Amino acid sequence: MALLDVKDLGVTFATNDGTVTAVNGVSFSLERGETLGIVGESGSGKSQLSFAIMGLLAKNGRARGSVRFKGHEILNAAPSVINARRAVHISMVFQDPMTSLNPYMRVCDQMAEILTHHQGMSKADALKACVQMLDAVKIPDAKGRVRLYPHEFSGGMRQRVMIAMALLCRPDVLIADEPTTALDVTVQAQIMSLLRELQAEFGMATILITHDLGVIAGFCRDVMVLYGGQVMETAPVDPLFESPSHPYTRGLINAIPRVDTQGETLVTIPGTPPNMLRAPKGCPFAPRCAYAAEDCDDHIAPLTAFAPGRLRACNRSLKDLA
Amino acid sequence: MTAPLLDVRDLRVSFKIRNDGDMPWTKHRELKALNGVNLTLNAGETLGIVGESGCGKSTLARALIQIVPASGKVLWQGQTDLLTLTPRQMLAYRSQVQMVFQDPLVSLNPRMSVGAIVAEPLRTHHPDLSQTQIKQRVQEMMERVGLLPNQINRYPHEFSGGQCQRIGIARALIVGPKLLICDEPVSALDVSIQAQVINLLAELQRDLGLAMIFIAHDLSVVKHISNRVMVLYLGRTMELAASKALFAHAAHPYTKALLSAVPIPDPAKERAKQMIPLEGDLPSPMSPPSGCVFRTRCSIAQNRCASEVPALLGTTHQVACHLVNTATSEPV
Repeated sequence: MALLDVKDLGVTFATNDGTVTAVNGVSFSLERGETLGIVGESGSGKSQLSFAIMGLLAKNGRARGSVRFKGHEILNAAPSVINARRAVHISMVFQDPMTSLNPYMRVCDQMAEILTHHQGMSKADALKACVQMLDAVKIPDAKGRVRLYPHEFSGGMRQRVMIAMALLCRPDVLIADEPTTALDVTVQAQIMSLLRELQAEFGMATILITHDLGVIAGFCRDVMVLYGGQVMETAPVDPLFESPSHPYTRGLINAIPRVDTQGETLVTIPGTPPNMLRAPKGCPFAPRCAYAAEDCDDHIAPLTAFAPGRLRACNRSLKDLA
Repeated sequence: MTAPLLDVRDLRVSFKIRNDGDMPWTKHRELKALNGVNLTLNAGETLGIVGESGCGKSTLARALIQIVPASGKVLWQGQTDLLTLTPRQMLAYRSQVQMVFQDPLVSLNPRMSVGAIVAEPLRTHHPDLSQTQIKQRVQEMMERVGLLPNQINRYPHEFSGGQCQRIGIARALIVGPKLLICDEPVSALDVSIQAQVINLLAELQRDLGLAMIFIAHDLSVVKHISNRVMVLYLGRTMELAASKALFAHAAHPYTKALLSAVPIPDPAKERAKQMIPLEGDLPSPMSPPSGCVFRTRCSIAQNRCASEVPALLGTTHQVACHLVNTATSEPV
């Protein structure tokens, strides 16, 4: 049985302008110790996907499909059920550490709260565990700094606090939603190498959500490419970069300026991402795709395996794209 | 030889900081955001400026167009010192130096139509133009940056981030500037849109012979678009070199660390990459380290680095480090 099994997950939002489809039929499964990267641009549904798994959707959001954690259904579960799982089994690191920490609480209080609530620890024990965890995420002088408020930390240190908080109960699954987007590149490198070390040490399965293919390349074993709420391609990281099988993935990889090669004109993807208020009937990428034909506006091929560990959803065959 | 378009000498910007609880008579503390920056820029050239947040990149851009008060010299075409001009005199130069800002939506007035936004600089700098002439110029410029001329009456919120940035670029270019300062123009955009805007800027620069100062924290973007690159750290220049030379043989330990931190979208290369770890965070600019400002995070710092401020030495490849031989750009 997979640790986390997501089947045909869909997320919609009821808004004044109509129903917005954020995620549309996403499936994947995750085993212990695996690292899955989810790449997508803004509006691809990558964050809503993780919010749905964690039961954190906004009030007007509806999730359908199934999310099973060790065989137990957790999608749309009652708050008491999902609360017992959060932090203990699945926990999450959010993008902006300043807005996701409580500015009115000392770091020690908001961290200890997790342990006293979920594991019934005494305040003193919890505090000790917090200091240990802050040490593990390499915050210098953890003992002294645990009593500070979030604003007294720098951006990188705050993100370390967030990671420490997420790991306090030794979760089986860690979801990191753009953990380094708000940080400088040097601090990003520190945080990513910290995450790599912690992952090796604690052996939790990790889902890394990001728009940055460079970050994915250095951290993940498998990658899922999202566009317009749908999975375009799933592959182990090496073949994905070597021979992307979907026109969107190809476009995305070609559009990144790189420090390691000589720059020519960047190959761009024309047009803009789809408006999910009017979710396209067929392939969401079709209007921007160079290989699109008439059938692409009408339907999209289901995600099909074509090589070990590799799946693609495209009406054109690999030969057509060559 | 003609004078460079822009010649900046010993540019300094400091902000007065008042702490909570200070008494009215307490002396202000000084935050030196820029500490003696020199640079020249020739017509048609692109200078990239990189550094971590808080290094003074944006302050530099703002000082050049005098949104913040600065001291030093900013010589325009070798003659006029822009810093000595009165606001009225400066107005004439504002049409020569234009700026594109980071957040595309925030830098556009939500109550003005696209046409009005793009036309505004034209009305200010060329009050003699007639309505029809203005409208024609605006439509030409919109087409030039890849917007449909029939969108002229729409409002900023109806556009996506990439399109808003195109509006910002159109607004900057309509008065025909010689220098375009771009402050993080693509950092708020998605990868696929980012590439479109970078290509647009590169193309416009080539066609219009613009000089450009391109500020970004993303080194790969800067590498892509710049002729020369300047690396800033805590308000000081660490390294200034031709883009190719800087990215192939970075000399300053800070540049090397910065480069090694950039994730490469290639799993094999990324795994094999030698990281030069940069411990800790940027020191507070309120109390920068003595001597070389980078020494607290430098892996090869020596005693000398704490006492002497290294000068920016070299001719084409300039480095400010005691431990780098500028003749060969190799560590001594």
